[in-house]
Amino acid sequence: MTPVASKIYTDDVSLLMVLIDTNPFFWNSINSTLSFSKFLSNVLAFLNSILLLNQLNQIVVIATGYNSCDYIFDSAASQNHNQRAENLLQKLEDFVHKDESLCRDDSVDGPGFSLLSGSLSMALCYIQKVFRSGPLHPRPRILCLHGSPDGPGQYVAIMNAIFSAQRSMVPIDSCIMGAQHSAFLQQASYITGGVYLKPQHLDGLFQYLSTVFATDLHSRSFLQLPKPVGVDFRASCFCHKNTIDMGYICSVCLSIFCKHHKKCSTCGSDFGQAQTQDSSTPDRKRKISVDK
Amino acid sequence: MLRKETNGEERRFDRDEEEDEEENDRGLDAWERTYADERSWESLQEDESGLLRPIDNKTLYHAQYRRRLRTATAARVQKGLIRYLYIVIDLSRAATETDYKPNRMVVVARQVEAFIREFFDQNPLSHIGLLTLKDGVSHCLTELGGSPESHIKALMGKLVCSGDASLQNGLDLVHSLLNQIPSYGHREVLILYSALSTCDPGDIMETIQKCKSSKIRCSVIGLSAELYICKYLCQETGGSYSVSLDESHLKELVLEHAPPPPAIAEFAIANLIKMGFPQRAAEGVISICSCHKEAKVGGGYTCPRCKARVCELPTECCICGLTLVSSPHLARSYHHLFPITPFDDVAPTVSSDPHKVPKNCFGCQQSLLAPGNLPGLSVACPKCKQHFCLDCDIYIHESLHNCPGCESFRHSKSQ
Repeated sequence: MTPVASKIYTDDVSLLMVLIDTNPFFWNSINSTLSFSKFLSNVLAFLNSILLLNQLNQIVVIATGYNSCDYIFDSAASQNHNQRAENLLQKLEDFVHKDESLCRDDSVDGPGFSLLSGSLSMALCYIQKVFRSGPLHPRPRILCLHGSPDGPGQYVAIMNAIFSAQRSMVPIDSCIMGAQHSAFLQQASYITGGVYLKPQHLDGLFQYLSTVFATDLHSRSFLQLPKPVGVDFRASCFCHKNTIDMGYICSVCLSIFCKHHKKCSTCGSDFGQAQTQDSSTPDRKRKISVDK
Repeated sequence: MLRKETNGEERRFDRDEEEDEEENDRGLDAWERTYADERSWESLQEDESGLLRPIDNKTLYHAQYRRRLRTATAARVQKGLIRYLYIVIDLSRAATETDYKPNRMVVVARQVEAFIREFFDQNPLSHIGLLTLKDGVSHCLTELGGSPESHIKALMGKLVCSGDASLQNGLDLVHSLLNQIPSYGHREVLILYSALSTCDPGDIMETIQKCKSSKIRCSVIGLSAELYICKYLCQETGGSYSVSLDESHLKELVLEHAPPPPAIAEFAIANLIKMGFPQRAAEGVISICSCHKEAKVGGGYTCPRCKARVCELPTECCICGLTLVSSPHLARSYHHLFPITPFDDVAPTVSSDPHKVPKNCFGCQQSLLAPGNLPGLSVACPKCKQHFCLDCDIYIHESLHNCPGCESFRHSKSQ
């Protein structure tokens, strides 16, 4: 509940939670610039370089699938350092097969969304475990290597995860491999103070990863990392899905409407008189003078 | 309530007696007395190898949390999300008592600061105002507002106690201030009362009835002993009354008021509120903000109705009075509307099939086995049937508000 700001952090030891998007529909749809295997070889080199940067660095990889999410790799748990990549790839292959077997509907039009909210929640649970482990622990951050489009149904869950990450001061970095920007991850990185990047040339992915996302949180204050993009925090109304500047909010369930309604379509409350903020404003200005 | 109070009384009595005894008989030094008072050895226990370690409070904490959870999500009730809360702080002579260290006033100020931060974290669309009681009158320290920093600054600058507390004057001032807020808002008062008496100019019963008819929910947290008038006030207006035993208990009681209370239907009329969603102003443009009246470069937001510049959200436009928010502020309140179901306890069974019960917590991969490879305590989500450790259970319900299991299976979501 309270922010964990007062923890004693070791300066430059990192815990990196990497969320890999394994949505097969996305990797099929992307054009030939970056295949999944090429992507993996870039990521493996990146993970190895993180572990080489500091002996105490820790990496946890979580796969964000189409039907499920699971832990793929934990550098603290693996004993054999020479076979890291083999272990990781083996687990990933198992995961992809399991994910495929869970798929029920055969006809999916376009690249469906992957379960980002699930893997973010798992990563945050893992980070809480690290926080509990004692006053000396690596500084955690989350890196989302994401490509699938946003799933509208995940909005509330992802926002909950973002606020929880913000409260425990965990930045969420995001690297977008898809064609479109991800509004969810833009907000995630903006709110938590992480880096949001959509690489222009995907064939140079390793370079983006190693120059931008390999930097530990302590060094970030000395570096010129990609500036946060202006995030549009306007809301869209529930009735027409239009982005609006001004709107009406139901006081009971906080649904957003672009016009005044008689009854809330979400929670069914009846709205009495058409009273708006305007009518109450003059009253509030007539306040008793404040004792200073 | 009564039990708590008598406990507190007994403890205080014991402590006084002890201190007297100690001072008279042996004349302890100040540093010795701190050890004698705090009894730090009582929080240690010996483990099997003879090492001293702190008492394992995990299951105790978990039980406490489950109790909290049960009261919070007893039923899917409507919550009052837009709250207008006045915190009334008693700064009378009684607040200089040193039964709380260093004294009641400092402890209360510290807890109020923590509370204000937590309150705005959980209720981004709500407003707080601060009032103080001293010298038999009540002062308005800050008006209703949405910025935690300004309240905390105002409070920390005004920490002086004197005179008597007057409950009636406080309630009268709150009543006149809260009468002006729009009808959809939930009106609340939280009184932190140190004194054991109230020094009133008139009939306080009339004031209580007035508060009741204005639908102001009054809650009191006492620091000394239970008072009938406070209890009566809370009963009449639908608030809660509690008396704190010590600092940690006080913290718990204060923070209980941070989540939105169940809404009482006739208390606030459902309404549509007109709100603006301002866009961030272009970087590098110099303009004068309407809230501080200072020229600023870049940053800031532009009110969509009157195009005035404001520095931060959420706020109310100083020029046209439009409530200005951004979509994350609304999203922050959604978890109160869609709470996740409490998890079920899983009894540690030794005999059951080892393949059926997962060995690790689904959230953090922590082993669910107790020392010695015996099955430990765990909980399971009733929807997705995944197992979690007790720590994750608390984190998921108190901070994350997502079930990682339900979120990471596509088909469990569609049900």
